Amino acid sequence: MKKRPSARPSGRSRSSAGGLSSPERALTASEEIDLFHGRLAIKELEENKPSWDAVNRFLASHSFPLVEGPSVTFVWRGEAEAVNLRHWVYGLESSQALTRIGGTDLWYLVVEIPERSRVEYKLEIHQNGGSRWIEDPLNPNRARDPFGANSVVHGLGYEIPSWSKHDPLSRPGHLEPFGFESKALGGQRRCLLYLPARFRRSRQYPLLVVHDGSDYLNYASMKTVLDNLIHRLEIPDCVVVFTDSPDRLREYANDANHAKFLTEELVPDLERRLPLIGRPHARALLGASFGGVASLSTAFRYPGFWGRLLLQSGSFAFTDIGKHNRRGPLFDRVVEFVNAFRRHPNALSEKVFVSCGVYESLIYENRSLVPLLQSTGMQVKFVESRDGHNWENWRDRLREGMSWLFPGPLMMIYE
Amino acid sequence: MSVPVVLLGPQRFDPTLGEAVRELGIDGPIATITAGWQEREPEDGELHEHLGKRTVNLKLYARTDDVWKRDPELRTAHRTRQDRLRHKQDFYRVRLEHELEAAFVIQTRTAPHEILDEEHDFSIRALQELDEAHLRQCRAEKERFDARWKPTTREAIARHRDELRQILARCAAVAIAGGHVATLLNRLELFGMDELLAGKPLFAWSAGAMAISERVVLFHDTPPQGPGAAEVLDRGLGLVPHVVPLPHPDQRLRLDDKERVGLFSRRFAPALALAFRNRTRVTWDGNAFVNAHGVERLAPDGGLERHARWSVEGRGQGESLVLAPGVGAPSESARSSLVDMTGLVPGSSGEGAGG
Repeated sequence: MKKRPSARPSGRSRSSAGGLSSPERALTASEEIDLFHGRLAIKELEENKPSWDAVNRFLASHSFPLVEGPSVTFVWRGEAEAVNLRHWVYGLESSQALTRIGGTDLWYLVVEIPERSRVEYKLEIHQNGGSRWIEDPLNPNRARDPFGANSVVHGLGYEIPSWSKHDPLSRPGHLEPFGFESKALGGQRRCLLYLPARFRRSRQYPLLVVHDGSDYLNYASMKTVLDNLIHRLEIPDCVVVFTDSPDRLREYANDANHAKFLTEELVPDLERRLPLIGRPHARALLGASFGGVASLSTAFRYPGFWGRLLLQSGSFAFTDIGKHNRRGPLFDRVVEFVNAFRRHPNALSEKVFVSCGVYESLIYENRSLVPLLQSTGMQVKFVESRDGHNWENWRDRLREGMSWLFPGPLMMIYE
Repeated sequence: MSVPVVLLGPQRFDPTLGEAVRELGIDGPIATITAGWQEREPEDGELHEHLGKRTVNLKLYARTDDVWKRDPELRTAHRTRQDRLRHKQDFYRVRLEHELEAAFVIQTRTAPHEILDEEHDFSIRALQELDEAHLRQCRAEKERFDARWKPTTREAIARHRDELRQILARCAAVAIAGGHVATLLNRLELFGMDELLAGKPLFAWSAGAMAISERVVLFHDTPPQGPGAAEVLDRGLGLVPHVVPLPHPDQRLRLDDKERVGLFSRRFAPALALAFRNRTRVTWDGNAFVNAHGVERLAPDGGLERHARWSVEGRGQGESLVLAPGVGAPSESARSSLVDMTGLVPGSSGEGAGG
């Protein structure tokens, strides 16, 4: 999945410019992988024309997908007409066929995955004239999302961040549901209020408002992340409100009522009820995908009110010429907003953290946004990751984003 | 013989304070300072239980609130001073990061050995001079403030000092907890606690240990943002000399990085950079660090050294520290060490010189 590195092992003559020096035939992908990393386990197995028992032993003696340096071997065992790897890595064929080892029912595919990558996938099994997508039965790693679950392969060097896992030493904060009657949105909204452990009314806290709050809690471990980052002093004690929308594609796509709900209704109410600092530098909006658009567009409508923005894989679609956008009508209002912002960018906030996976198509839009934000004089930090448009990518960036927007008292507290 | 100062590792999960207090035969009430816990200052139930329900909290955080209420003029002046100090700290940090970057770049260069050694020494001196210049600025700010406002003589503070003096007269020792080190240091200074604590055995851990040392060094090698540069915050109370206490070393320091460890050690020499894990402690008896339980020194060569004691050789100008003979000997009990240490002749050899 990556461009071949220029450094190669000896044994092949090379020109000083780095290209092949003789008109030898191009190497196949498999040959290149072998060259780089010696014999892959699956190749050895295949060459030995394995028996049923040999396949059993092979499966029992490895974990899958089998990560050997940058080479990752996906396998599936069973009778089928065809087996495909299905994934959402932008720039690659979204369907790649597994090969069956002759005389066996073992299928495999070797893919190069760069270090520290996280890739979600499924297997597509064609049987009896039909097909179905399944999670990889040999891989225990799953990522859940609102649509179900995917299998996950971790490239060499990727580790699930320790701060996203339960830490018994971290004092747990409290989550309390509350309802909010919004005139702007014309009805009641259910929200969740996070209060840090040891919350006390005599202190003043920064406020973070989260779009798609339930998903951040359910699929990005955000309660655990907050507990841990606060415990580790990497962010300050803070109050967090998790909001949801019953119609996010409309309300998050630069909707005036949504912005009014957050800015003119929710925050004033919270600042009346809770000991919040109540100044721009202590007010943050967080959102991913359309939630990123909702965050930016809300700040755009209320410049100077939200001093901190955390935008993850924002769906910042735009057109450089014409009005047609390749992403379809759902994005029309987004494009209208982003085009307007691109024409007249303004310093709508103070600090903006932007993250995006390089395996998602939105990397183009997010990279394009960064210099624009910077041109306004706002402080901007942009982080790319080898991941896709998914909740665990957004989870993995929370530490960097939150600790940059709200630095904790790490250097001052020694308990 | 001076009164002992016991520095301990973190106490939250596996407290050893009671053990240290018993070891020194402390009898009677123990004054506690938990101002580093800020608003949680009164939540000292566990500490009270741990010390056999004989603690008296000096409530320096609450007393400070009272002072600010009674003397708003002083509060405003103090805030102004703190704002100035924060600016100074920011600018010091800017310079510091450049100096450290230069030091790390030089460490990784290829050059004749003797030149690299000279340049490395130069890096250390530059860092030390920068730290010292920053400390001078902090001290000058505070001296100006003290000269202008004479805080300890103002009525709002003087009455608290009288109370504190009376409480301390009834106490056999003082225990200073960790927490927010700047908050703690400010409260200790505001009430002139260096004077009030004189003559009392002290037990201090984490930020408490840092605040009573000569220099408060903030440190974290792997923060989520920034280069992880240790920085000098300010002068401490100076009740325990020759040491930079480093609590939570496993969480805060890259102890496997010899370059960083060595640089840290040499930068703050001749003071000992001592790592305090849970259940560790060491006693300063006025002449030497004795009765060390598991405390490790960050060594100039980048390693970690564990010794039973470190003694001081020389005083005043040109003072230096050397490791005492008997390196690695089993720790003695604090009480016997203190008796033995009376009239101690400092270690005579240069073995393991700390710089």
